[in-house]
Order: sequence, then structure tokens, then C-alpha cells
Amino acid sequence: MVHGIKDNLAPLHLHVPEPKFRPGDKADFSDIIVPEVDAITRPDEHASPADIHALAYGLVRVLGDDNQAVGSWNPGLDADTLRAMLRKMLLLRAFDDRMFRAQRQGKTSFYMKSFGEEATSVATTMALHSDDMCFPSYRQQGILITRDYPLVDMMNQIYSNSGDRLKGRQLPIMYSAKDYGFFSISGNLTTQYPQAVGWAMASASRADTRISAVWCGDGSTAEGDFHSALTFAAVYNAPVIFQVVNNQWAISSFSGFAGSERTTFAARAIGYGIAGLRVDGNDALAVFAAMQWAANRARTNGGPTLIEYFTYRGEGHSTSDDPGAYRAAEEYALWPLGDPVTRLKDHLIAIGAWSDEQHEALILELSDFVKASQKEAEQKGILGHGLHHPMETMFEDVFEEMPWHLKEQCEQMLEEQRDKFGPEWEAR
Amino acid sequence: MTEPATKTMNMIEAINSALDVMLAKDPEVVIMGEDVGYFGGVFRATAGLQKKHGKTRVFDTPISECGIIGVGVGMAAYGLRPVPEIQFADYIYPGLDQLVSEAARMRYRSANDFICPMTVRSPFGGGIFGGQTHSQSPESLFTHVCGIKTVIPATPYDAKGLLIAAIEDNDPVVFFEPKRIYNGPFSGYYDRPVEPWSKHDGSAVPEGYYRIDLGKAAVVREGQAVTVLTYGTMVHVVKAVVAEHGIEAEIIDLRTLLPLDIETIEASVKKTGRCMVVHEATRTSGFGAELAAQVQERCFYHLEAPIERVTGFDTPYPHSLEWAYFPGPVRLARAFDKIMKD
Repeated sequence: MVHGIKDNLAPLHLHVPEPKFRPGDKADFSDIIVPEVDAITRPDEHASPADIHALAYGLVRVLGDDNQAVGSWNPGLDADTLRAMLRKMLLLRAFDDRMFRAQRQGKTSFYMKSFGEEATSVATTMALHSDDMCFPSYRQQGILITRDYPLVDMMNQIYSNSGDRLKGRQLPIMYSAKDYGFFSISGNLTTQYPQAVGWAMASASRADTRISAVWCGDGSTAEGDFHSALTFAAVYNAPVIFQVVNNQWAISSFSGFAGSERTTFAARAIGYGIAGLRVDGNDALAVFAAMQWAANRARTNGGPTLIEYFTYRGEGHSTSDDPGAYRAAEEYALWPLGDPVTRLKDHLIAIGAWSDEQHEALILELSDFVKASQKEAEQKGILGHGLHHPMETMFEDVFEEMPWHLKEQCEQMLEEQRDKFGPEWEAR
Repeated sequence: MTEPATKTMNMIEAINSALDVMLAKDPEVVIMGEDVGYFGGVFRATAGLQKKHGKTRVFDTPISECGIIGVGVGMAAYGLRPVPEIQFADYIYPGLDQLVSEAARMRYRSANDFICPMTVRSPFGGGIFGGQTHSQSPESLFTHVCGIKTVIPATPYDAKGLLIAAIEDNDPVVFFEPKRIYNGPFSGYYDRPVEPWSKHDGSAVPEGYYRIDLGKAAVVREGQAVTVLTYGTMVHVVKAVVAEHGIEAEIIDLRTLLPLDIETIEASVKKTGRCMVVHEATRTSGFGAELAAQVQERCFYHLEAPIERVTGFDTPYPHSLEWAYFPGPVRLARAFDKIMKD
């Protein structure tokens, strides 16, 4: 009898997601729903996750079409704070431009810009306390810039030069800065998610006041670590803020390959029974407000929050790919949520706290600052030009104390260098 | 000076005692894992510890080895000294990325900015009719990873002293506990009555704090005829076979696989001129391969016979045919015959 039904069915077919636009297509984002500011009002920071499911499907916004900050999510930041936020975002943009160019000039192997996503690292960090612990993915250099980490140190890392605090061991941009509350970047995706939960659990178990915040992209929510982390955070009510920077693209794979055709990333929170917010990631004030809500909630034992920043990766994944090979050319220009820097600038102008002239002057000032920092960093070398940490450091820090087999291998390496460069190498 | 109080302990009691001592000594030590809290662990290694030290020091976790180890890495970054339990070594693979790419490299990749003083305890090995998912010996997966220490005790006394040293170590340690000998040393003769630990010297365990430094092997039997390099359950199987056949073997219990005590190995093989390596794990790319390579690099001109490997077979660990798989007395006796004739 079952066979009879089967005979009448159409054959199964496998659904392989496909983005709406490919190179040569005209992008059209008219299907993206941009709700009104305050379509869903800001709930109490201790609201039950079950009562705020709508926020996981909506879009928290503060900056309206008239560039004014309005509604219940408006964090009410003063002009000085807004100008400081703009300054950090512009500095990040200037830094990214300069380092991208340095890679193209052959001064280093790799770089990744955060163009179009600046608010998700700058505004978020401004909403945290300076001693809260950040567990970044690879596109949150804005955290370090917001916390005033020296640009020269970032560049030394990018150049893997003799001044690199990480001794030339890590791919460019994989910073580590414990003193600045910035965890070591792995390069393996989403591994930082359970680690941020562990850090937050430790803080809670020690009756500390610090919380942790962790970032990943839309694509890497597919990793098992993401789901392990949300489970642990929910189980132990950990003071951690999960953030998904949904920039639509994972290298060349659109967010549909992480499940975005069916639901939002913020809605992942619902299955775990934790708070979920979906936020306009190009609205720096909305980003700030969402992070502030989640931070206050976490800091008062309200537990974890998952925030999705709906944004767009304005340029390639890294210096190693050409987005023109897999997506429509002018997508970013057509993105319905605009550019985060432009929107913040327009807001400041709209409230009479900024001008185009000041803006242009600031861009020049920051560009000069980045160039001066670069000049200073390059005195300690660029990748592949000799000014690196001593050769022996390759074998250090594998363990606290170097075991015999690494000592033997270190000696072998040094002998190889003597063979290669002759006796004068020793004196160098 | 009075001798410290000792007590007869089996290996589970010794491990429990080590954890108890370290929880009391160091407030940063935390224990977590599946069923380790109220219940005290499926093998009872953490029995009573939650009640004594509290729920934030000893607690149950979700069934997620990726989560357990990943959370441990984060706790270590905060400044704690986590001692997670993976219920069976066979379950460790979902946590492998967190161990291999994260814990093991944290010190190196961050140039000492962050470290990972975490000890992952896990029962391993077969001989308990555990089938292919409760019997594996995956130690060589970890010795192959730079940045992890791998420790395997063979007696209650060693288990406690090594575990304390592992917890105090500032680098990640994988601590594999041979579960076949939790309750008594195993001769390899599965059809004979089980011998309790109380009849073995290694069961006299000081009640308080002591440590056995990592990276130091133990010569558990001196001999002139052949050096046997082994660890865990197989230490006792080799001892039984050597005694039965009257072989003048020198048996070295490695205790720590990495860092390896190469000096003790080298001195012994140069003395005996013959070397056999014995482990329960599968043969190909097993730790025995590394041992054989080290010995031939250092002792080749002292060797009077090819190095012999006695291991499990390269199959998944079978259930009904467990004793045909296990490198027991027959396989060992044949190997001794061969190496002594060559």
C-alpha cells in the first residue's frame, strides 16, 4: 500500500541555495524589509526571553531616514561621545585602507578590511566596560582601535617584524592583547565561542563583575562550537554576549549556506531559551543600544544574549579574493541600510554637532596619523626583509619550559642557518 | 621526621585523592564533565568532591566535548586551572579542535599573552568488553600535537603523583587513565581471578600532597636481556609474561609519553642491546613507531636484533573478539621468542 503512494510522488530533489545575484546581475534589495524605527520598543533588560521573540525577527533601529536618533532604543549619547565614535570608525577605515595597500605593495602576506562593518566593532566596544573581555573573530580590529591599542603594535603584527608582540608567529591581523581585554585570535572559526562562555562562567564563579563578549560571522554559526557555546551559556546563565556579524557573505558563499533562507541568525537564540536581538548593523546607535541592553542584562545576572548585526561586507573577504568573481558588482552601493560611517556623520550634522568641513579635516588628520604610525612600524621591518625576531624564538613558548626534543630541533635549525649563510650569520 | 600517612588505594581512589588535594590546595582548580558532579563520575573518580568543595568547583556539564574543552580553554584564559573529564577517551574527538588548535597553541600563538593550564582526564584502553567506542587508546593523536603533554599512569601511586604534577603544570596535559586497571593490576590472563591493588606495592599512596615530575620514566624491573618500553595496562601484562617465562627483561614504564624520558630509554637499550615496544593502541603510526625511530636513531649500533612492536591490531576494537585483539600473553611470548632468537 505504501508503494502505491510512492509511485505517485514526484522524485526527491536536493536544494542547493543560490544567492539572488551573481556577477553581471543587477542587484535589487527591494525584498529586504526595513522596519520603522521603534517598530518593536525596547523591553526591560530583564525581560523573559520567551516574551521578546519578535526582536529576533525584527530590526532594532535608532537612526531614522531624517538622520535623527529617535525611539525607545535611542541610547541618548551626547555629542562628544558621538564624535568619539565617528572618530574611531574613521580611524579604523583609514587603518584598513593603509594596511590593505601595504599588502598590495608586498609588505605583508595578508590583510582583511572591515569596510561597511565598522559599527559592529567600534560601537559595541564603546558600550562595554574597558575591562570586559572581548573574544573577536578576525574582522574586529575596531575593538583594539576603540580601546586605544597602539596602531604601531597592530602594524608590527601585520608585518611580523622585530617589534611584533606575537614574535612573527601569527598570520597578519590575528592579534592578541590581554591587557586590552582582547583574546588571541585563532583563525579557526568560532572556536572563541565556547571559550568566551568559559571565561564568563569563570567570572561568574569568582563573583567578578566583568562580562565577556564574542563575535563571529554568519557563515561560522554553522560550526558545532557555536551551538555548544549557546548550550553551555544557557545552562549556566553565563554573563556572555554572543554577536553574529551577518555581513551576508562567507568568502564566496552567501548567508543561505548558514541557513538564512529559513530564518534569522538572531532566532537561533529562541531554541536555546536566551534573549535574541536582530539589529541594523549599519546604525551605530542601534548597535550601541543593543550591546548596552545585553551588557546590562549580563552584568546583573540576566544571562546571555545573542545579537545579530544585519550588515554588509563592503569589500572582499580578504586580500586573497576578488568579490567581483562571485557577486554583483554594485551591491554595497545599493545596500538598503547604507554605510555606517556616512549615517553617523549625517546624524551628527543633522543635530548641528558636525560639518562636512570638520569631517574632511578629520579624515586628513587620521590619514596622517596612520601614515606616521606606518612609518614608525616599518623601521622595525616588513615581512620577509630580515628584521624578524631571533630564529630561536621559533621554538619558544611551545611549552613553558623547552623539552629536549625541541632543543635538539632548535640546534638543527641553527646549524642549517650556518650552512646557508656562512659563519658571519652567527655574529649578526 | 615522620613518614607521611599512606593508605591502600586503588587507582580510582588515588585519582580522587589527587583531585581532592588539588581542589583544597589551589582555589583556581575546577572540575567539570559529564556526570562528575552529584553522581561523582561513571567510574567514581570524582565521588564526594562536589559535596566537599561545592557546586562551582565540581559540576556536571552538557554532553558536548567541544563545549567542555572549549569552556576549559576560556576558563584557563581567565586564570582558572580547569580539570575537565572526558567520560571515555573514545568521546574526545568532538573536542579535538579545541585541544589541538586552541589549548595546545595558546601559549605559542599569543607569545605567552594567554596560557592554557588545563588537564584533560579521560579513561582509555580496552579489556573491559567496551566495544569499539569504549576501548580506544588514542594517545598517539596527542603526542603528535605540539604543545600538549601526554601522561599515562600504571599504578595508584603514580596516578596521584602524576595527576597532581599535571594539574600544576602550566601547559595543557592529556591524562589518560587505563581503566582496565582502575581496580587492580591486570596480568593479561582475562580468565584468571582479578588481583586487587592491595597486593601491589603501587597501592600504598600518601594521603596528602606529593608529585611525580612529568617526563620521567620508571624502571619497574631491571634486567640485562631486553628492554621493554611500555605504559598503562601493558606494564602489568608485560611483567606477568616476563615472570612466567623467566625472561631477564628490563621493563620501563614511560609514564609520560611527551616529553619523553629519552635518557632512561637510551641507557637501557644500550645496556641490553634489544628493544621491544608494547602498547594496546593500533599499530600503524602508533606511539611505538616513534619509540622505534628514537631507539634506532640513538642506539642502532648497540642493537643485536630488530626492534619488535607488540600492539593492538589495526582494526576497530572488537567486542566479542576482544581477547583475540588484545596484545596479551601469547602475542608477547611470541615476540620475546623472536627478539631473543635474532
